[in-house]
Amino acid sequence: MVAQNIAFGIIAAIMVVGALRVVTVNNVVHAALWLVLVLAGAAAQYILLTAEFVAVTQVLVYIGAVMVLFLFGTMLTRAQLGREKKLNNSTWYLGIPTSLLLLGVMILALTSSFGNEKLPTDSEIVSTQAISDQIFGPYLLPFWALSFVLLVAVIGAIVLARKD
Amino acid sequence: MLVNQFLILAAVLFCIGVYGVIARRNAVMVLMSIELILNSVNINFLAFALRNGSIDGHVFALYIIAIAAAEVGVGLALVLLVYRNRKSIALDELSEMKG
Repeated sequence: MVAQNIAFGIIAAIMVVGALRVVTVNNVVHAALWLVLVLAGAAAQYILLTAEFVAVTQVLVYIGAVMVLFLFGTMLTRAQLGREKKLNNSTWYLGIPTSLLLLGVMILALTSSFGNEKLPTDSEIVSTQAISDQIFGPYLLPFWALSFVLLVAVIGAIVLARKD
Repeated sequence: MLVNQFLILAAVLFCIGVYGVIARRNAVMVLMSIELILNSVNINFLAFALRNGSIDGHVFALYIIAIAAAEVGVGLALVLLVYRNRKSIALDELSEMKG
């Protein structure tokens, strides 16, 4: 269990640093690459949480597809790929007290309600079969809805981005 | 492993994402911050799935990943459209809809 805690600490530190860089760096492409680090760290945390299938999906969908979309979006909407002066709002400093206050409230609520409660350490890795049994059993209706959402998103993206 | 270490990590990532949404001016950067927020929610779902010994959290995490992919697709198409009309994706310049 000590090894898991050490792994958690290292990955969590990498994720927090990466996330801070995403919101502070002055280069859109660098921000996207830092975001890759955060997403990969999240996939590693999912493996620590015995969620192998979700971790693999995270790597495939987020690091594979979503990041390519972000890089394409960056390429298509900017003339030069370099440092940019005005990536922040003029009132960017208002975000610091807001997010710190939110963080304080959340940590207070979490520590008061979960305290030192431990996660079970003897649980087995959740199999893909069990997840698919859930998706195609009790959660079939949300799955259909999700399929329609994806269809609408694909058609909507084509209609919006088409030139005519 | 404590439950709280995952939940507090998710809270920290969520708050960093909220800061990014507030502070950033570039629309693509705001979408990246929204991705941070959605990922922190996923960590919460999986932590509670392990705590309760249920699979439902995994299913919801997968649904969130799919919704996030659709959201990024539509969002970037909108950003592209704004860029085509305005030659800029600075969010504070999009003030026509102000009351």
